[in-house]
Amino acid sequence: MQLTDNWQPSASLDVLRQRAALFQTIRNFFQQRNVLEVDTPILGRFGVTDLHLENLETTLSFFPNQRFQLQTSPEYAMKRLLAAYGQSIYQLGKVFRDDEVGRFHNPEFTMLEWYRINFTMQDLINEVVTLLRDVLGAREVHQTTYQRLFQKYLNLDPLTASIAELQNCLVNDERIADLVKRETDKDTLLQLAMSLVIEPQLKKSDITVVERFPASQAALAELDDDERVALRFEVYVGGIELANGYQELTHAAHQQLRFNHDNQLRKQFGKNMKPTDFRLLEALDAGMPNCSGVALGFDRLLMLVTGVSDIRQVLPFSITCA
Amino acid sequence: MANYSTNEFKAGLKIMQDGEPCNIIDNEVVKPGKGQAFNRVRIRKLISGKVVEKTFKSGESVEGADVVDMELAYLYNDGEFWHFMNNETFEQLAADAKAVGDSTKWLVEQDTCTLTLWNGNPIAVTPPNFVELEIVETDPGLKGDTAGTGGKPATLSTGAVVRVPLFVQTGEVVKVDTRSGEYVSRVQK
Repeated sequence: MQLTDNWQPSASLDVLRQRAALFQTIRNFFQQRNVLEVDTPILGRFGVTDLHLENLETTLSFFPNQRFQLQTSPEYAMKRLLAAYGQSIYQLGKVFRDDEVGRFHNPEFTMLEWYRINFTMQDLINEVVTLLRDVLGAREVHQTTYQRLFQKYLNLDPLTASIAELQNCLVNDERIADLVKRETDKDTLLQLAMSLVIEPQLKKSDITVVERFPASQAALAELDDDERVALRFEVYVGGIELANGYQELTHAAHQQLRFNHDNQLRKQFGKNMKPTDFRLLEALDAGMPNCSGVALGFDRLLMLVTGVSDIRQVLPFSITCA
Repeated sequence: MANYSTNEFKAGLKIMQDGEPCNIIDNEVVKPGKGQAFNRVRIRKLISGKVVEKTFKSGESVEGADVVDMELAYLYNDGEFWHFMNNETFEQLAADAKAVGDSTKWLVEQDTCTLTLWNGNPIAVTPPNFVELEIVETDPGLKGDTAGTGGKPATLSTGAVVRVPLFVQTGEVVKVDTRSGEYVSRVQK
């Protein structure tokens, strides 16, 4: 993707009108449900420890010894609000991620993130589906587990398969064969299978909810009673990964372990280790209510509403002409 | 040759794959929100001509291929090699049958062709988009027949066979689009 010198917008006026209408629809949806809109800082002291997410960093002349991070999601700050006020909240605003430019990626994008007090993962899945059907019209909904999905499309149990079994299963696909042969990390192989083999086969017109990801991909989700899987779900529509949600981990010590584990993986993958957000940990320690939360890519949802195939077409100015 | 990171992938970049220089046709990033990003790349293998899809982990490095295109004038064929010359330096290069391939039927002396060199050796020859060649054999058509209703085959001086309108006769020079192999027009001598 090349930078351009064009001054003209990347989205049409018609799409910008649809963009404004979608903001309105979403705000109405949450107002009706008594969920409070918040706008937490995007510029903050801490970033994320996730292995595959990179914050953009900047400095402030007023605090010369401290680096600041543009948030990849408002998650940590929103959780501090949850711990402090115990109120269901949503945020509709910009976030930033380094290293992502493509048909479905712009480094600066709009995220809808919300947290519901005392919701189970299933309660929240139901609410996500209701919102999507409000926005996109009636669509068929399929809900399945990560395990069943792999069994259906690859005839393989992702929870028990060895790395060799995964390699043997994927190596027949010529498009990925070379990578499969040299890749020895199980989660990378699972993500490869999910993104390049399974996802493209999901029915484009339908809403597909995949839940109970392997514990190794739990991120900040609570583990299930079956501790091999986490209470994490993803929603796919039209071949697009649209939303990622959890029944939230509320235990500070467990959160600390996840941060440490992330940093170990970062080290192993040759990435820098990240300081962990001690304020989030203290907030969890003070007591975070049981809740579920989800982040949904607003621009991707607008792509589905407008039927365009490139995220640039739904942004006033994409990064290539920002 | 330098290595390229997947971040540098773009259409036209030349990389080595399966021991063969390849041209990237397009490159798409596939990134799960919480997972490893992948580059899905379509490449054309420059020797076999095959188009294949490959996948890389974003951030991986791939060996670059020393591939350059040069504009050279076609000189002659000695039976084994096709000889070309740089009109500025007068340096000559010889391409073998494998490199010339089907282009042999469009090579006209003094025409400027594009030679693709890998490590300095020609691996492909692309003729100009339009060439002018004499018809050496075609059935006499009916006089007065104008619009080409399907036309008739004509053999050109290089051996190429193209369909020409019925009114075009042996001995005439025609202009042909080498990309489609189609007749364009008659050329007034």
